[in-house]
Amino acid sequence: MSITTNCGLGIAAALIVCTSAACTGSKKPEATSQTTQPTTAQTTSATTSSTAAPQPMQQALIADVSESELAQFFSSMPDGRDLPAGSGTVMQGATVYAAQCASCHGAMLEGGIGPKLIGGRGTLAATPGNPPVKTVESYWPYATTVFDYIKRAMPFPMPGSLSNDDAYAVTAYILNQAKIVPDDATMNKETLPKVEMPNRNGFKDAGH
Amino acid sequence: MADDRLNSAGPPSADDLREAEEQFLAAERDDPASPYYLGDAPVENDRPPSRRRFMLGAMAALGAAAAAPGIAYAKTLGATERTVPADPTKVQGVGVKEDDGGYGVRSQFESDVRDRYANKTNQSSWSFTPLQNSMGLITPSGLHYERHHAGIATIDPTKHELFVHGMVNQAKKFNMAALKQFPAVWRLMFLECSGNGITEWEKPTLKTVQGTHGLTSTSEWVGVPLSTILNEVGVKAGAKWLLCEGGDGAVMTRSIPLEKAMRDCLLAYGQNGEAIRPEQGYPVRLFVPGYEGNMSIKWLRRIEVADAPFMTREETSKYTDLLPDGTARQFSFLMDAKSVITYPSGGMLLRQPGFYEISGLAWSGSGKIVKVEVSTDGGRTWNAATLNGPVLPICHTRFTFPWQWDGKDAVLQSRCTDETGYVQPTIGQLVKERGLNSTYHLNGIQSWKVSGGEVSNVHYY
Repeated sequence: MSITTNCGLGIAAALIVCTSAACTGSKKPEATSQTTQPTTAQTTSATTSSTAAPQPMQQALIADVSESELAQFFSSMPDGRDLPAGSGTVMQGATVYAAQCASCHGAMLEGGIGPKLIGGRGTLAATPGNPPVKTVESYWPYATTVFDYIKRAMPFPMPGSLSNDDAYAVTAYILNQAKIVPDDATMNKETLPKVEMPNRNGFKDAGH
Repeated sequence: MADDRLNSAGPPSADDLREAEEQFLAAERDDPASPYYLGDAPVENDRPPSRRRFMLGAMAALGAAAAAPGIAYAKTLGATERTVPADPTKVQGVGVKEDDGGYGVRSQFESDVRDRYANKTNQSSWSFTPLQNSMGLITPSGLHYERHHAGIATIDPTKHELFVHGMVNQAKKFNMAALKQFPAVWRLMFLECSGNGITEWEKPTLKTVQGTHGLTSTSEWVGVPLSTILNEVGVKAGAKWLLCEGGDGAVMTRSIPLEKAMRDCLLAYGQNGEAIRPEQGYPVRLFVPGYEGNMSIKWLRRIEVADAPFMTREETSKYTDLLPDGTARQFSFLMDAKSVITYPSGGMLLRQPGFYEISGLAWSGSGKIVKVEVSTDGGRTWNAATLNGPVLPICHTRFTFPWQWDGKDAVLQSRCTDETGYVQPTIGQLVKERGLNSTYHLNGIQSWKVSGGEVSNVHYY
């Protein structure tokens, strides 16, 4: 079997190939790792061995997955593809923000333990003595990313705990406080991709 | 300004970093085993007390002489404290597995740790490899640098599954045993955070090489080529990007070009001969050779194949490089060629004129390092350093240069060239091109000034 032909690794000289598929076959659970008596003067470093109970080798599993199994995941693109159902208004978002976000990001979205979320427009170009202020308002190019990140990773102490409705609502609230959407805005998978972010055209591909 | 560059949920301000580093150095300066020792004990035999191992030898000899019948040293991390006998040739040593449970520990005389700097939170945080004591190529797994966005996930490997779906012929999931059944490859490769040097754009900020360059490490990574798994599911025509997602609290996501994924990416489950550490993504991480470290998604649980990048937070609001005109470079994946002298380096003291072997590391995301030059006069003249093999692509390369120090002020620099012909620039050249607000991808030439024997971090270009 030649792995260089099917793995596509470009630098063959640096490649050492394991041709055996049974790389895991030599693992033997240790039967008695606690028979050694620690001496009195020594702290025992074997306290974790009780959790390493002998386990049967895991059976390899490669299985087809269905759409319903994939429903536990989500991702989004700037055009709104794959955004989940649900919706939220600016007003609902104000309540969610106060309860879930303000303690880190500040009552006025001014930042604290977490970053400042609004302001900073017009600060990105270098001017001596005035550092750029990069926020959702001034820097983030896509509104879909705001929802995606909140839904995915926020609030920091309980990541992923917001419902879709609450995540849409707090997205609407932040975009409203950033003067990007009006007070009566509702965010959902149709409206969110249409939001025009101030720094939408501020990025250029570095040509990786 | 530096504070704003570090403004996120985790990384501390430059002042916080400086304070933490100063606390670290204050303790090290009193420790004869430290390269930062500043004690005024007389030096034996006129030998430059340059290397840590000399110091350790002297310390151990001292300890043995003073001990009757034995003395115990303070316990250090990763070690088991053992009593040092007055003469180890006159007693039985420690029995096999007697105090290490069968998984070895390092010497109690070694104290290197990676975690130097306090953060606003311990979860969105980082730690730096102590490059000042590095030797050879490989970073011990326990000293590999870290950058987490939501702490270290704890995952039972028997319950972990990797889902691959999107623009594929058949969406599938793989458990760990399945991933390990595919033919494995292993390669020595560096990883580097694109924030390495984040504090050093405008002026020298941190004192030590751990602070200025410690967000890079080299390991032997073992895994299955990502192309193997993508071929298992069958990528559809028109696909161009992958979304890779971690199973941590950040559910960290990055878009990876399909072309790169098929070329050389790994699904890595091994590091330096054993399972990768929890903080490195146990039980499996993506490894994207030569690209900025955050793309090598840890605790990898999902890959979605698509026709466009997903524009995640980590490739828009973060890890993009702001330029003077207010636009930003995006998808600046490649870690360009970089080098640094690790000995002597900032915070160390050269006690007297004489011979010193300058040693350092060079690396490039584009391939092999072909040349490292060293200057001891601030870049006026350059001399070829020796590349101490093996010289591997996308891997730390150790270089050395013999130096006779005449006791006068000197500025030590290293400059590397990779196999594409790319030459490491000065910090000044980078600033001219990208300004001072670029945050990431500082790969400029590092300068260490030697004055009165004290080595300090300076900008000199």
